Amino acid sequence: MQEFASQVPAAPPDQKPLGRAIVVTSGKGGVGKTTTTANVGAALAAAGARVALIDADVGLRNLDLVLGLESRVRYHLLDVLEERVTLDDALVRDKRSEHLVLLAAAQAREKEDVDTERMTELVRALRERFDYVLIDSPAGIEQGFRNAAAGATEAIIVCMPEVSSVRDADRVVGLLPQTMRPQLIVNRVRPAMVRKGKMLSVEDVNAILRLPLLGVVLDEPALIVAANRGEPVSLDAGSATGSAYRDIARRIAGENVPVAEPAPEGGMFARIGAFFRGRR
Amino acid sequence: MFEFLMRLFRGEPSGQTAKERLRLVLLSDHLSLSPEIVDALKTDLLAVISRYVEVDEAGVDVTFEQREHEVAMLANIPIRSLKPRDELPKPVLATVTALPAQEPAPAAAAEMPLPKAETEAADAVDAVLEPPAVAEPVVAAEPGVAAEPPAVVPEPEAQPAPAPAAALTAKQRKRRKRRAARAAAQAVHGQPDPVQQPLGTSAQA
Repeated sequence: MQEFASQVPAAPPDQKPLGRAIVVTSGKGGVGKTTTTANVGAALAAAGARVALIDADVGLRNLDLVLGLESRVRYHLLDVLEERVTLDDALVRDKRSEHLVLLAAAQAREKEDVDTERMTELVRALRERFDYVLIDSPAGIEQGFRNAAAGATEAIIVCMPEVSSVRDADRVVGLLPQTMRPQLIVNRVRPAMVRKGKMLSVEDVNAILRLPLLGVVLDEPALIVAANRGEPVSLDAGSATGSAYRDIARRIAGENVPVAEPAPEGGMFARIGAFFRGRR
Repeated sequence: MFEFLMRLFRGEPSGQTAKERLRLVLLSDHLSLSPEIVDALKTDLLAVISRYVEVDEAGVDVTFEQREHEVAMLANIPIRSLKPRDELPKPVLATVTALPAQEPAPAAAAEMPLPKAETEAADAVDAVLEPPAVAEPVVAAEPGVAAEPPAVVPEPEAQPAPAPAAALTAKQRKRRKRRAARAAAQAVHGQPDPVQQPLGTSAQA
């Protein structure tokens, strides 16, 4: 705590409240934790909040890639935790928003190398400077997950409407302290399949998990296109998926935005628009 | 139309199957109980209740329901008639003391929340499956039972007078042994589970 705090500009006497630290987790891999972290973080920052993203997936670093910041990363999480560099040296500023920073994961290290206590202190130090600290958790329920959750005050559970994802999400919720009040994002929903009864609906998923529903994101090609380019889709004003992420950001910020199970993206106008913007 | 025909031939849509499979798998995740154990529980439950009232076995329904923070067991057991007064066994099973003090309502709908504790439940299941040899505390308590022939497990304070073990039928003895082993196992494991703790306590008495 002392070490990190010393790097942070002294807090004004009338101390402002600490920022919120939210771990994004799922148990199962490949359900969209990193994409969610990047997009929600970018949307929060675009709305004017100061946001720090931590990639806690040590050994499988990807958040930098999704954000298109891979070429800017010089130092990583473990460099900071092991005091080789200062926190400010390691924070990568986003290309698009001056409010958004990233602390990348170490690629050539292992999850077990992270000291849980130091990680907690680091998150706390970031909370003094940022309104939101989003922590991208690795898959699994082992040490990597525990480290990611250690400093967090809240949790977002990302779950796909699919049996193994729901079961793992249920397991993870059982492992998190209740004080973290986990909220649910149902990701990669395909409305056409849900309509035919071939996919669990958002209601089905949440009848099992029973969590406050933070948002629903469809399984859209736009997401893959955005990841290809390293541009968060939440910054694309014309994209329905982007708007789903922006809604999630607004709900996190406390706005009352109702969650509707959305229709698939790609009404005629959206398609024509996408065609002319070249987002294919 | 095509969809309808497909559904007709293929049965329920896969989303429905997924839902049902998930419900069951999560139930056993939370309870750590296998279907065999749940069936055995149902059988035991019926055996106990039918000592007091005549139940309609075909209409018995035991389900588990997921709630906000727990899974509850709901037993719906239709009662056909009461047993004649003189056929009623003297209570009390040690297990009965473990139940929440609920009046046996006419519909006999017992409802008891089970804690979400997974490992403890798993231990309990192991204990039932492999009764350890240490059954001593229960054997000591056993003589108390025989005074009331139909009763199976001792009522700690009520019947201090020992009765000859020979008064028991072989079946009763076998049943009692199983229960004793279970009680001992739980005593050994030191169950924190509120439902099971009294069992252990009575075994130590």
